[in-house]
Amino acid sequence: MQELSGTGTVVSVPLTDPARRSLLTRALSLAAAVAPFGLAFGVLASQAGLDPLVASGYSLLVFTGSAQFAAVAVLDDGGTVVAAVLAGLLLNLRCLAFGIVMAPAFPRSRAARALASQLMIDEAMAVGTATDDPRLRWFGYLAGGLGVFVTWNLATLAGAMLVPGTGTFVEDLGIDATIPAAFLALLWPRLSDPVQRRVAALGAAIALALAPVLPAGLPIIAAGAAVPLALKFARSADRQR
Amino acid sequence: MSARGPDRIGAPVTAAVITLLVLAAGTYALKAAGPLLLGRRSLSTVVERAAVLLPAALLAALVVTSTLTVGRHLVVDARFPALLVAAVLLWVRAPFVVVVLGAAATASAVRALL
Repeated sequence: MQELSGTGTVVSVPLTDPARRSLLTRALSLAAAVAPFGLAFGVLASQAGLDPLVASGYSLLVFTGSAQFAAVAVLDDGGTVVAAVLAGLLLNLRCLAFGIVMAPAFPRSRAARALASQLMIDEAMAVGTATDDPRLRWFGYLAGGLGVFVTWNLATLAGAMLVPGTGTFVEDLGIDATIPAAFLALLWPRLSDPVQRRVAALGAAIALALAPVLPAGLPIIAAGAAVPLALKFARSADRQR
Repeated sequence: MSARGPDRIGAPVTAAVITLLVLAAGTYALKAAGPLLLGRRSLSTVVERAAVLLPAALLAALVVTSTLTVGRHLVVDARFPALLVAAVLLWVRAPFVVVVLGAAATASAVRALL
């Protein structure tokens, strides 16, 4: 295989190829779907007192929705930088798993691999793994990742510029209630799996139990303990069967 | 920095920039580790599985803390009915915009009434 053969194929094969067009359709619908969420992040950042430039920095450089929300929410609650960073990084551990899955479909060029890695998000992974053909996987990954990158960043900027962070209108309009709703919307698709449901329930219980005793952010990090607990429970249940 | 003038709250904004830079670097390391270091080898399936399950625990924790806490106090206020409305809207597969607007409208209405 030649260097960058993946991208070469993307350019040379027309988009009328049905497999490619189906991947592109998925990528575009995902890109459209994240726009309101990006808008909500911009509003949250603005409400937390962040400059639109800093809000955009999060969406350009961190570029993982849930971790951006978590880090800014922890800071907004008065949590420390360490708690905010840890909460974000724990959420992003899944990117490591995505990278391991997607790596074989990447081109050989290290520069291309390094650059494309920034797009290692849920949506890129979802479109990229919708097919088993390695070259189509690379195409799907790029389409999913780039589409979301564009709308996510435009929406963040719009949200951050749109809403001034002062006054009581945040409460009056119920804007603060959009944050739990946004987290729930992110969690929702995972709840169809029973193991994920168990992990979520345990995580919520741990966080709620520790919220009165630990500083902001730490209960969320502690909720990560739900994963080994739930896996242990699943293993012992298997043994009993 | 912007047309909106100096930062409203000095210290938290600096914290936000430090968080941004450290989180961005750490996140990129997680994203690029597979493509740049591992190549075609794979980590143990247990680690991979744990990494995929972790977001469910953390997102659920974020849902409850952002709904039911103010600082270190547990409180039930307008955010709680708003979350219930959001859950119902997600249940009927409403689009994200509707879910978020439904939550905001509920909280706003509850506050106006009480």
